[in-house]
Amino acid sequence: MSSIDDALSGREVVWGTDNLFKSYTVARGDVEAAFAGAPIVVEGEYETGSQEQLYIEPNGMLAIADLQNGVTVWGSMQCPYYVHRALAGLFNLPAEKIRVVQMETGGGFGGKEEYPSIIAGHAALLAWKSGRPVKIVYSRAEDMVATTKRHPSRTKHRTAVTRDGRLLAMDVDFVIDGGAYCTLSPVVLSRGTIHAAGPYRCDHVRIRGRAVATNVPPHGAFRGFGAPQSIFALERHMDRVAAAVGLGPDEFRRRNFVHAGDTLAVGQVIREPVSMNTLLDRALALAGYHDKRRRFVEENGTRAIKKGIGFSTFMHGAGFTGSGEDHLASVVAVEATREGVVRVLAASTEIGQGTNTIFSQIAAEALGIDPDDVEVVQPDTSEVPNSGPTVVHHALVDAGVLPSVHSRAEFRAACRRYVDSYGTLRATSRYQPPPGVRWDDQTYQGDAYGTYAWAAYVAEVSVDTTTYEIRVDDFVAVQEVGKVINPTLAMGQIEGGVAQGVGWALYEDVVWREGRMANAQMTNYIMPTSMDLPEIRVHFEEVPYPYGPAGAKGIGELPMDGPAPAIFNAVEHATGISATRLPLTPERLMELMCASPAV
Amino acid sequence: MARLLDALRLQIGLTGTKEGCGEGECGACSVLLNGELVNSCLTPLAHADGTDIVTIEGVASDEQLHVVQQAFIQCGGAQCGICTPGMVLAAMSLLARTPQPTEADIRAGLAGNLCRCTGYMRIFESVLEACRHLPPKL
Repeated sequence: MSSIDDALSGREVVWGTDNLFKSYTVARGDVEAAFAGAPIVVEGEYETGSQEQLYIEPNGMLAIADLQNGVTVWGSMQCPYYVHRALAGLFNLPAEKIRVVQMETGGGFGGKEEYPSIIAGHAALLAWKSGRPVKIVYSRAEDMVATTKRHPSRTKHRTAVTRDGRLLAMDVDFVIDGGAYCTLSPVVLSRGTIHAAGPYRCDHVRIRGRAVATNVPPHGAFRGFGAPQSIFALERHMDRVAAAVGLGPDEFRRRNFVHAGDTLAVGQVIREPVSMNTLLDRALALAGYHDKRRRFVEENGTRAIKKGIGFSTFMHGAGFTGSGEDHLASVVAVEATREGVVRVLAASTEIGQGTNTIFSQIAAEALGIDPDDVEVVQPDTSEVPNSGPTVVHHALVDAGVLPSVHSRAEFRAACRRYVDSYGTLRATSRYQPPPGVRWDDQTYQGDAYGTYAWAAYVAEVSVDTTTYEIRVDDFVAVQEVGKVINPTLAMGQIEGGVAQGVGWALYEDVVWREGRMANAQMTNYIMPTSMDLPEIRVHFEEVPYPYGPAGAKGIGELPMDGPAPAIFNAVEHATGISATRLPLTPERLMELMCASPAV
Repeated sequence: MARLLDALRLQIGLTGTKEGCGEGECGACSVLLNGELVNSCLTPLAHADGTDIVTIEGVASDEQLHVVQQAFIQCGGAQCGICTPGMVLAAMSLLARTPQPTEADIRAGLAGNLCRCTGYMRIFESVLEACRHLPPKL
């Protein structure tokens, strides 16, 4: 069983009674009644492939373990307390006998969220047995065949719409392939399901989300956490619905965007100001969309290289889904030394996204001191409290809660006086949800996220009809992510996410052969190089979020959502080919174009 | 067969040179061999006999970072840092050949070094920034 179809067919059962790890249903209004009276119904089916995180540093772990001292591991990881919990269970030791230290980590993107627990377990067991330190470093091939990747997905859309292009009802069937064991699939499925109806207003919505079991290696966390999969399907589909009602992709979306006061499919009322129209206006203007939309069609004619432009509009929930934040009840601590150096103690890890810089910046601003006087302590479970795993850019959303003090000099003097009189100066803070946030895990209704980031991305492509290569020539990414704390880091997050999105859309093809990855090498699993990407033009609309640290929302996952559908929409504009399955490699595009009488 | 990469990391303890793939695709193990950028994972140690090798550890002088390193810090050219040693050496190699590179030169010059974090934009900017601070002739 290597596909979603295999799992759903039920011919063989490898998990439970129905091969389902998890299913959710989001229901709003009366979908069947709305379809019964609908003048126009548009159906579509969309598929996405697996994707390897391909952090440039493979997984690695060093362990020492014995009865007297317990277990200590040092390694590359995103979530020290995940590893801590796994080792405590594996060795049946009390928590204080397990120590996990995150070392400098060469990229993660979700790929070092779950799997390091397994490597740590292997290394620690061998160390226990041998009485010697044990180091395990995966080769690239080992890392690629063994570790978790992005869930493949299949989404079916059935959409009812009025003749003037207003959404009447949306029926979405979203399925992801969890592989042979249940990893974070339920959580990935949850985010994908909630994002499946996008930033659109629709009174009658049904979303069925299912994570199925197959015999391929388990899939797991990857930047975006299921949302890129369901948003790819939705944003491809919205272009097709627009065409069916005879509207431009932009005008159709404008008639259906959510505004403040509207209700999302999960029943969440949008309380903060949101203007998808403003984001779309700005993105289209920066890209020269309307002119190019017209001009490319005129100019393409019989040219071998055809140009196209397309876009996607989307949102991304900040922080953990539903009650996740409450369950984690993340804690962060700050400590001041006698010399007035502030130490931030959090288990949120630096994996390249700038956590250490941002924590320093937030702490320095709150305390009125220089960022150089802030030290972010290396995540070590013997020292830092459990502030939850580093995923969803949770680091930024939740951990930045710090007390406020006065000027730098006063601060130093105060620290000295305090430490001399009372000893350690330390404060801890536990995550508090924004007021009025409610979520019901049973009905899957409520405030799925404290807030959302909003975005409009535009891609311009060239399609070579001789070689079937697709090039992205220009990319505009406009988003509202609350207050931007550090522009250089924020732009770097968006650009890096867009690059991974371009790779997912066009190049990155995990080839499965009898349940194994057949191309577990950088030679034939292709990620974008410096030659493959266009200039990525990033713009922020800043609307400070009152409940985020320094007004910020999450940022890191958002840019993974938009590129793929924008690129596919642009390819359709260029060629007339409505591709529905990614990655759109030259081989796949050739098949589609050769089978199409239009081209 | 001993690789130059292993000699650097395991025998000499110069762990600034990274291994990302072991097959010459990612460039994380880039070093300068007699001034030429090479993948140390593909270089037999015997071939390095008698040559002049520069790793990332040899780039900064005393307390002073190289202008390329400084530019990477300033422009956000490094995120997780694993590609950065190779990327800095590739940038230096490019600038030694082409002191005033165009964007196309930079893209081609860094094409053998993969970065998964940045999407390369900030790296291009870092190289341009470094040009502005390099002496006219290297």
